[in-house]
This record gives sequence, structure tokens and C-alpha cells, in this order.
Amino acid sequence: MNSCVITFPGSNCDRDMDVALKQFGFKNKMVWHNDIELPKSDLVVLPGGFSYGDYLRCGSMASKSKIMQSVINFAKTGGMLMGICNGFQILVETELVPGVLLRNKYLEFICKNVFVKINNSENNYFKNIKKNTLELHIAHNEGNYFCSDDQMKEIEDNNQIALLYCDENGVVNEKINSNGSSKNIAGIFNKEKNILGMMPHPERMIDSYLSGVDGSIFFENLINNLR
Amino acid sequence: MVNEKIAIVHGLNKDEYKKICNLLKRVPNITELGIFSAMWNEHCSYKTSKLHLKNLPTGGKKVIQGPGENAGVIDIGDDDAIVFKIESHNHPSFIEPYQGAATGVGGIMRDVFTMGARPIANLNSIHFGSPQHKKTRNLLRGVVHGIGGYGNCIGVPTIAGQTSFDESYNGNILVNAMTLGLVKKNKIFYSKATGLNKPIIYVGSKTGRDGIHGASMASTIFDEKIEEKKPTVQVGDPFTEKLLLEACLELMAGNSIIAIQDMGAAGLTSSSIEMASKGKLGVELNLNEVPCRELKMTPYEIMLSESQERMLIVLENGKEDIAKKIFDKWNLDFAIIGKTTNSKKIELYFNKEKVVDIPIAALVENSPMYDRKWKKTKLPKKNKIEKEQFKNLKISNVLNKILANPNVCNKEWIWQQYDHTVMGDTIQKPGGDAGVVRIHKTNKAVAASVDSSATYCWAHPLTGGKQIVCESWRNLISVGAEPIAITNCLNFGNPEKEENMGEFVECVQGLSEASKYLNLPVVSGNVSFYNQTKEKSIKPTPSIGGVGLIIDYKQMITMDLKKIDNIILVIGKTEGHLDQSVFSREILNEKNGPPPEINLFNEKNNGETVLSLIKKNLIKSAHDVSLGGIITALAKMCIKGKIGIKIKKPNYLINQFEYLFGEDQGRYIVEIEKNDYNKVIEILNKSSIHYDELGIVTEKDMIIDDKSKVTIDELITSNTNWLTNYMSK
Repeated sequence: MNSCVITFPGSNCDRDMDVALKQFGFKNKMVWHNDIELPKSDLVVLPGGFSYGDYLRCGSMASKSKIMQSVINFAKTGGMLMGICNGFQILVETELVPGVLLRNKYLEFICKNVFVKINNSENNYFKNIKKNTLELHIAHNEGNYFCSDDQMKEIEDNNQIALLYCDENGVVNEKINSNGSSKNIAGIFNKEKNILGMMPHPERMIDSYLSGVDGSIFFENLINNLR
Repeated sequence: MVNEKIAIVHGLNKDEYKKICNLLKRVPNITELGIFSAMWNEHCSYKTSKLHLKNLPTGGKKVIQGPGENAGVIDIGDDDAIVFKIESHNHPSFIEPYQGAATGVGGIMRDVFTMGARPIANLNSIHFGSPQHKKTRNLLRGVVHGIGGYGNCIGVPTIAGQTSFDESYNGNILVNAMTLGLVKKNKIFYSKATGLNKPIIYVGSKTGRDGIHGASMASTIFDEKIEEKKPTVQVGDPFTEKLLLEACLELMAGNSIIAIQDMGAAGLTSSSIEMASKGKLGVELNLNEVPCRELKMTPYEIMLSESQERMLIVLENGKEDIAKKIFDKWNLDFAIIGKTTNSKKIELYFNKEKVVDIPIAALVENSPMYDRKWKKTKLPKKNKIEKEQFKNLKISNVLNKILANPNVCNKEWIWQQYDHTVMGDTIQKPGGDAGVVRIHKTNKAVAASVDSSATYCWAHPLTGGKQIVCESWRNLISVGAEPIAITNCLNFGNPEKEENMGEFVECVQGLSEASKYLNLPVVSGNVSFYNQTKEKSIKPTPSIGGVGLIIDYKQMITMDLKKIDNIILVIGKTEGHLDQSVFSREILNEKNGPPPEINLFNEKNNGETVLSLIKKNLIKSAHDVSLGGIITALAKMCIKGKIGIKIKKPNYLINQFEYLFGEDQGRYIVEIEKNDYNKVIEILNKSSIHYDELGIVTEKDMIIDDKSKVTIDELITSNTNWLTNYMSK
């Protein structure tokens, strides 16, 4: 399986994503934001970080990078495109997924382990994962998902919510919603479910000596689904 | 026209001004005076501290580079080296907490990657005034946001730190930032320029009017007009620094660079002069070529600006195009601004006129050095605590109170705002004895911690100085790392006052003695004097950053208790020393008395033995005993492991409070398996180590001497609520 990770100026989880993808069997390539064409890929990843220093709005300048036209074309023709953290912010700026990401409720950066409930497993990202909840890691300042009521209705009608912040037993409630996201949303799909944006970092959970191993479950499953 | 009065406004004294005129054999012009003031202030010249710092041990088998470069470098085997340093950004952080702290982090990271190393971990030691002081909450919030705002953006994990509160910091907070970087031994870059007519390159951000005289500001005491100094605080841009980091490392992968130096304190002035001085060369710069952010900047402003994210590089001839291409790729300014010469002078041109002409030696070798008067601090008399004072105290109440003490409580509110997991190698997060990161794609890991004990140093600087080095050593050992070297950030009051100078001199003596004995060379550091507002100076606060190596990261130890029925031992002798302990200060309200004594022989023996037990896989969890004594350390181990403990005080002559809350040094708490008991005891006996068998790990609750019981939930609540509640007000 071929994958590629786009590096924007200010990306800082690009290496971590490269390490993770390779660890689970992807042949991964790094792509510079100023390039025009994508290499042949089964999966394209927009990594975490602070592309363009988060200036203007998080993800906004990166969404206009040269490479993004190819990324958009790739995704619109059904290619698997995943945005993690800042990558998710770039995805909402390109409007490939609906909604926006506001500053966290308490206006503070949050770095910690969280539990997320898989809300829709009828797709190549989460199909066949045996667990209902995953323990992942968040590290962001702007992860407070928000959208209009109309958009929310459409999102729900199309079953586009991918992940919800929950407690360790899978219960979704306001108390564990540390960034203030509408309905505890941690990740969201486009209508066709080939594009996934999510705040948690699976690439930081791939080794028992790190924060945990549920990221391994995610990547192992992902490559198997794509094979 | 420059005169004595203008020199004094620049922070120079009459004698220093006279010396400048003598060295130049003429009156300096204003730009030259600015350059002298920048090079001769305390921050850059170490004129007060030099004499005493000489006594610190700085060399050793594993030291590749000691003090004198941008940072120290140590050997961790297999061609890998760790570059590290700690630095203060106290004055700017008090005036403008967000930018002050942010640029402190930016500056120290630049020091590390200037040497060719990719930063792999950040740490910090931050000290605030009394929680009741009106400024404390906002300063704490601003500093934490600043540290996070910069470090998170660059993508370097912040893996450990220390936060303290004391009223002596009410008018002068401390922000010390430390960075560790990883480099291959044969790819280390230095600041010594060599060769004539080599191009001098300016890269990074443009030069603006921010931070002019920042270094001089850092060398004065505060008064009520301090807010007016806001323009001397630099403004950071972590995004540019991230680009600069990647661009520099890309250029360093080739062989274009002869010397490189970041523009930190005193900007272009000190960077160009240091490169020339080390290479015994001269420099000639054309200031019209310096990329400027603002119009009509004068040579004076260009030379003294402390705009951030800038580097000066001496390139090999003919490599200009290669270098320019890399900096263009990263959208950074790149300008050839001058060349090396054999004049041994700094010669600056502006609008085709020579505006500065100073011999380098006048600025560096001839800089002033002072042997300031200092006063010895007598060892205070021990307090005699009457039995009456313990009578109405309940262990569980006292423990809960100490766990909630601002200096002991859980600091999660702080470190959750720092990205501590980016780079995917953080295997011990903040909140343990030391942070640990793996060396990417190897079995090795490095541990780092940062410590200071201002209360001990204030009570008796000599003992306090020794104590911090020992504490650093213990924190590294507690995670299973072999301590290798330290860096120090020496925060003190006004050295022109004999008491403050005495605190400095004796703390340094203490540091020196302990680091020699424990074989922990000091490879880098910085000195911050004048931490004082009007007449009130801070408690002497040397911060020590320690670095250790774990050969196989799978042998790393954490402090959380692991398994029911495991045995708990205290390694090291408990004498029940309560003076200067949290117990004495907070419960008995007794602020005087000597700090706990340091016995370097026991310290070394205990530490080495614990480390050998860890290497034999005989220890399941470990934690050093520090603030709040044995019981506080145990409580933290229970909290982390979410598991209980049942202990009995050994039959010593000292009472229960002295045993449980005493802050005697050189002690560790370790958890061992029942099956390993005999093996462990044999090793401890063989090394003549005193140990107490304290009890066993249980399912739940902390039970002391069958009488006092505290639930783990209660411990957690006491320990975690204080800071969160405080910050949500």
C-alpha cells in the first residue's frame, strides 16, 4: 500500500506520521507543499502541526498551498484522505468536510489521552475494528468543532460523525468534552466517507512505551481494509 | 556627543567609561558606546561571576564541549551526542509574561540547534510570587501560555519542569528554559570563525526595533517604572523559528558552514564579536545589507536589536548559492552582510562610511572583571521542637494539607498545556521524577530533570548548592538513568550587595563540591543577577538541569506502585530533619533553621546502589524522597499507581512526624517483589546501606501504623485540586 504525507511549512507531526505508516506496512513518501503532483497513493495524510504558524486561521493558508489542488482532486475522485489535528483544520478550510474548528472552550492548549467512541464503522477507516472505543491522544488549541444547525442535520442524516469524545466506558457526555465540541465530535467524514478529519493523534499511540497502543489497532486495521 | 552621562544611562559606570576611552584612545561614538554597553553588561560579560564559575568542574570523559559555546555537549555512545543548556528569561517575563517566556524557549532552542542538533526535549523551571499576590495568577497563566505557545508550535515535547511559589518572587518571577538536542558526534557546529575573506551571512527574520538593550535591561534591578521597559522585550515568532531550524539543519547536512552563532542577547553585536574573538579574527560588516523590518534604522539600532529568530553564519567561499537556495526554499531572509578579516577589529560600514572601529580584544579580553565583596552565611541553629507542638496534629490531616501545598501539589494544569508527546518518543511524561525521551530508532533513552531548592539555599547557600546537585542526581537515578552531566541557571539578587554576592559565591561552592564528588560536570549554563525589585531580592535560586542516559529504555523505572504484596523499602537513613521542611514551614509555621545536611558519600553510595538494583531488574518502582518527606513521596506513588499501601514506622527514637515528614537527603523509596527480597537485602548490606522496611503494597487505602487511614481518592483530591481551583478563579 502506498501512502504519502504532505509537509507544509510549520507541520510538525509529519515525521511521526511517516514513522507510524511505515511501522504498519505502508510504503510512505513525504511530499513538499510546493509540489504540484501527488505520487501514486492509496492514502494521503495531512499531518498535525502549525502550518504557516496558524496565522490568519489554523489551516487556512495551507488549504491554498500548491499541492492542495491535487489533494482535492484525489479526494473528490474517491481517494482516501485523512487529516489529523492541523490536517483536520486544513480539511475544514478546504471545505472537504463540513464545519469549523474553534478555540478550545477554556482557551487553553490541551495535551492528554482521551477516549473516543467510533460512531460509524461502515467505512474503510473503522470497518472491522473490534473495539467500540479507542484511547487516543489529543494535543491542540483549536479543536472545538462547530457547525450550523442545518449542517449538523445533514451531517447526522448522512451519518458523517466518525468519532465522539467519551469516557472509558464509551459513554458520551458533556463532562468529558474537554474542548467544547458540538455533540462531542472528535472526527468527521465527508458524505462519501473517503475523507476523514479528526483531532486525536493515532500516530502517538503505536507503542506500549508511549501513551498507549490503540493507534496500532487503527493503523493495522486501516492497511488491512485497503488491501 | 558621547559623554560620561550618556555612558551611565547605558548602564556603564564611570570607571568603565574611562576604561573604554583609554582602550580606544578616544571618545567612542554612540554606536560604539552601545556596543560596549552590550558586551560589558553583566548578562554578556559575566564580569561578576567569572571569577567564581572557574571553580566548577567542567570536563570529563563524556564531555565533548563544556561551557563557552552556545551549549554543552556530552557523549552518549554510538556516535550520538546530546547538546543541552538552560537559560533564564526572568526580567522580560515579569514585564510581559507571554512574550518573555516564549522567547526564552525560542532562545534556548536556537542555542541548541545552532550546534547542529535537532531539539528533542524542552524543560522549564518557573517561580512565582505568593499565590495571594495580585499579579501571580496572571503571570503564571501568561508564562505557561508563552512556553506552550512557542514549544508546541516548533513541535518539540516539553517533558518535565518545576514550578514553585514564594513571596520573594512577588516582584521578580523566574523563567528558566532548558533544551536537549541530538546530534551525531562528527556533525557538531561551533561558533569559532576561521579563514580570511569568508562571507558572513545573515539568515532568518528581519531586524526590527524590538528588544533594543534587552541584555542591559536584564542587568538592572526593577523599580516602579518597570512597565516603561516593555519595548525592550523581544517578540517571538515560533513559525519562523521552525523554518529556521529546518533550514539550518538542511544546510548543516552539507559542508558549507565554517561557524554559526545565533543572535541572542545583544543580537548582531555579540554574535559577530564572539565568532571573531574565538577565531582571533576581525569582522567587517556592511549594515546597509542587513534585512530590516522597519524604515530608517540606524547602525545603533541594527547592532543592538534583539529581534528573534536570526542567525549569523560564516560560510566557505563559493557556497553562497547552495545556502541561498535552502533559505529561499524555507522563505527566510538571506543576506551576505560582510566578511572575516585579519584586522582583529570589528569594522562597521553604513552608507559607505565607517561607523564603528573597535579592536575585538577591547570588547572581550579587556572586559571588566570584578571580585566583589561578599558575606558568608552562618549555619543557622537547629530549632528545638517541643513535643507539645505535635500533640494536636493528625497524620492524615497534615498529609492532605501538604499534598495540597502549592509547591508540592500536582501541576497537571500546567503541563497539559505543553505538547509533551510530539516526536513520538516521550516514554516518561511530566509528573515523574524526570522526563524521558528515546533516542529515535534506538534502544537508548535520555532522562532529564530540572531542580532548585531556594528555601534551602536561602537558609544556608553552601548546603543548598550541594543539595540541588544531589537532587538532580537522585531524580535521574529514580528513573533508571545514569547521571552524566548538568547545566545550571544561577538566579540571584543584586551582586553589588554583600549578602546577595555571598549567596552566589557559596551556592557556587556548594554546586562545585557536589558536582565534583558525584562526577557530574557542569557543561553549560547562565547567570542572572539583579533579580530584585527595589530593596527586595529573590531567594537565591540556582536551577540545575540534569541529563542521564538509559542504555535500554525497557529498563526505565516509573514511580507508580505496581503490584499488591510487593515490599516497600526506604533506602538511606532518616534522622527526622524538620527545619526548612514543608512540614516546619507550613504546619509549624517555623521559617528558620538549617536545611538538611548533605552527606556526599552516602549520596553517591545510595544512588549507585539503587542504580545497580535497577540494572539487575530488582526494582519495580522508585521515587526519591524530597519535599514533604517519606509520606509525601509514598502518597504520590499511590496516586500514580491508584493502589494502596500499609506501612509501619520502624522503631527509631524519632517520633512519627519526624520520621514521616523529615526531609533528610540521599533517600529513595523503592518497590521490590517478595521473591527478590533476599537478593536486594544482600546487595544493600554488602554496600553498607541503611534501609528501612516500611510495608507492603495493598489493594486500596494508605494505612499508617494500623491507626491512620487515608483513601487514595482523598489523596488524589488533595493533590490535584489546588492549582486547578486557583487558576479558575
